[in-house]
Amino acid sequence: MQGAKPKNKSQITLSQIKEGSACTIAELHLEGLLRRRIMDLGFVPGTAVQCVRKGPTGDPIAYTVRGTTIALRKEDAAKINVFMA
Amino acid sequence: MNNTIIGHNLLIELKREAQKKRLAGGNIYADKIVSDIFTNAEDIVHKNVVRKDKQINWSQKADNILTSKITGYPIMLLTLGAILWITISGANVPSAILADVLFRFQDVLTGIFMYLGAPDWLHGVLVLGAYRSLAWVVSVMLPPMAIFFPLFTLLEDLGYLPRVSFNLDHIFKKAKACGKQSLTMCMGFGCNAAGVISCRIIDSPRERLIAILTNNFVPCNGRFPTLIAIGMIFGAGNLALHLQSAAVAGIITGMILIGIAVTFIVSWTLSRTLLKGEASSMVLELPPYRRPKILAVLYRSFIDRTIFVLRRAVLVALPAGAITWLVSNVYVGEISILAHTANFLDPVALAIGLDGFILLAFILGLPANEIVFPILIMSYLSSGYMIELDSLTDLQILLVNNGWTWLTALCTMLFCLLHWPCATTLLTALKETGSKKWSFLTFLIPTGVAFLVCFIVAQSARLLGLAP
Amino acid sequence: MGDSSVSHRVLREHFGINTKENQKVIALAGNPNVGKSTVFNALTGLRQHTGNWPGKTVDNAQGIFTYKNNSFLIVDLPGTYSILARTVEEEIARDFICFGQPDVTIVVLDATSLERNLNLALQVMEITSRVVICLNLIDEAKKKNISIDYAGLEQELGVPVVPTAAREGIGLEDLKEEVYQVGLGFKKVQPRKTHYSPEIEEALAALIPKIQDLGWGEFLNPRWIALRFLDGDEKLIDNIVRHLSLKAGQSLNSEVEIAL
Ligand SMILES: Nc1nc2c(ncn2[C@@H]2O[C@H](COP(=O)(O)OP(=O)(O)OP(=O)(O)O)[C@@H](O)[C@H]2O)c(=O)[nH]1
Ligand SMILES: [Mg+2]
Repeated sequence: MQGAKPKNKSQITLSQIKEGSACTIAELHLEGLLRRRIMDLGFVPGTAVQCVRKGPTGDPIAYTVRGTTIALRKEDAAKINVFMA
Repeated sequence: MNNTIIGHNLLIELKREAQKKRLAGGNIYADKIVSDIFTNAEDIVHKNVVRKDKQINWSQKADNILTSKITGYPIMLLTLGAILWITISGANVPSAILADVLFRFQDVLTGIFMYLGAPDWLHGVLVLGAYRSLAWVVSVMLPPMAIFFPLFTLLEDLGYLPRVSFNLDHIFKKAKACGKQSLTMCMGFGCNAAGVISCRIIDSPRERLIAILTNNFVPCNGRFPTLIAIGMIFGAGNLALHLQSAAVAGIITGMILIGIAVTFIVSWTLSRTLLKGEASSMVLELPPYRRPKILAVLYRSFIDRTIFVLRRAVLVALPAGAITWLVSNVYVGEISILAHTANFLDPVALAIGLDGFILLAFILGLPANEIVFPILIMSYLSSGYMIELDSLTDLQILLVNNGWTWLTALCTMLFCLLHWPCATTLLTALKETGSKKWSFLTFLIPTGVAFLVCFIVAQSARLLGLAP
Repeated sequence: MGDSSVSHRVLREHFGINTKENQKVIALAGNPNVGKSTVFNALTGLRQHTGNWPGKTVDNAQGIFTYKNNSFLIVDLPGTYSILARTVEEEIARDFICFGQPDVTIVVLDATSLERNLNLALQVMEITSRVVICLNLIDEAKKKNISIDYAGLEQELGVPVVPTAAREGIGLEDLKEEVYQVGLGFKKVQPRKTHYSPEIEEALAALIPKIQDLGWGEFLNPRWIALRFLDGDEKLIDNIVRHLSLKAGQSLNSEVEIAL
């Protein structure tokens, strides 16, 4: 069963990425306005994203995507699946 | 007519067909369109842009310090304190010079009126009322604001404000509000009406309302100098000169922190009562720091702020001064209309650590907060202790003679910080929310908070025997 | 005076814009914080709020400048990441570009993050062909060692690309020249067509003829409308209908007036 979907095996969520490491967007489980907004910022499947820093309590988290830095709240980042680089 | 009906049918058919296609395709078109556009963009960039070997990324380095767990907050606080300190120590001398020049000119005006044989009441309304309150507004308000805002604009141009939002977001999230609320608060420093308009950057309507309802807890351009002046008179009067500015800066920083704390508490409460709901998302871009053109920014923002303050002084201080002089010099029985009203307000005012004149000044200051202090001075003056008043020391004597203690000063500052917003802000809130209910609450909540806080402070101080 | 200019005026008045005879309307669009208001201030001499954080401009501001004896009315729009989404500012910007019928839309781009910025530019170029790209912040791009082939970019996009550093006053004369050229119709532009995946192109091919039947084509780009049908932006489609009836109603009235 597990071997059937090898691509899912290495998927984790964007919020789990450590500071300083990179990943590639796999799929977005966000809805409505937020989904649109985040996609318009360039978080579309296949895009390389790097986690640059976390806020004082680990939230929000700042990512670089397409040469810009965007901060997201942890719960929102947790709804974005990524492949580890 | 026919045409439109056919068009209408066609349209419905089209909508249906598009929906069918969408569903058949698994509803992925919307996403696919965005992805495809980005693929095009990538392609164009790939062909025409070369990023040479990476340089040191200054923005990252700066953020390592400015948003760090350890240094992030202290730096925010220090920056605020430092700006206030520069403002206060820098404003002293120009304030004194302005007061000197403007009040000297008042004597000239009086001379002219006497020479022309103008009636007393005319001299009173125009010179003692209108001109004098203008002079007070300009000399007390202009210097600190013409220093504070250029400095603040530098920070804004540098790109520090989004970092403040980044640092504070988790606290706003606890209050189930949006981190961008801190940006709207920063705009509130300049003018609460502008702060209310800037709330549009908050996407969630619920969180936007919270930001609008609480924007007033940031002291605006019209209240800031009042806080500074009172802080100066009561907080630092006995200290050595070089310590005064630092002490006042500390006091004002404290006041702003109280305002921020109240903002959190009220936001928290609103999210659990009137504006129930969950924290939504926040997407915040952190732009790279850009080096401001320092001199150009300082100069431009100095001129802008000066014009802003002078304009408001002329528009509101002149008429308000004239009216106040009138009501404080028209007598009904033994005392003036103003004094009658103040006496009427006295019991309530005393309970919250103020006196009737102070509360009345705040009420009359509804059109614009700038005029609260001049009105207060004028009402004390007309009730008789002294005629000449042209420096901060004279002011201290005037206030003390009118029964001010440290508690009066503290409660006045708190009331100034927390009380109802000015008329312009209320109208703006009405326009932005489109709702009488919410605009009324924009008035009611700060008013309630101001009375409550001042009452608690005053009563506790008295109970503990700390003040009469 | 042509029928189309009458209806243009009606639509513009709807946005609070009153143009004088022969005055051209310029829209200033772009991502947040790319320097739109700085460009606006430099062109008009006005003082819109600027500062380094996204979201300062929340409403349309208007100003005027003249170039080569022509008067231009320029509208500073709120910054948006896209004109597909549904926040208030995005709607203000999008509706103005679609229905305000600007003679030229300047899209201001941040030269240091072109990829993200092009997303918006490509979207605007689908709505209108009268686009001038203002590639701003080239001084920052230089500092970051980013080199851009301006001519190549212009060729690729099919619309004029003007490199600027608005805060330093660099490139603004060229920008005015291009706006003048495009706005007065001296320069014909051929914006690049965005390529979509085969399944989308197929769906588009089926929808576009029907949209042409609707008669919206002379007003808005049918391909763009078809795309909005596909992503299911019902609100926009209702908006189109509303603005079209506004336009139709007015031209009818003016015909009556002429007849009388
Ligand atoms: N270095 C540099 N800075 C610039 C340039 N143009 C604008 N800026 C700065 O970039 C910041 C943003 O500029 P604005 O004009 O406020 O941007 P905007 O696009 O109107 O932003 P929003 O209204 O928030 O969408 C300001 O701090 C400007 O001083 C430029 O050419 N070079
Ligand atoms: Mg702007």
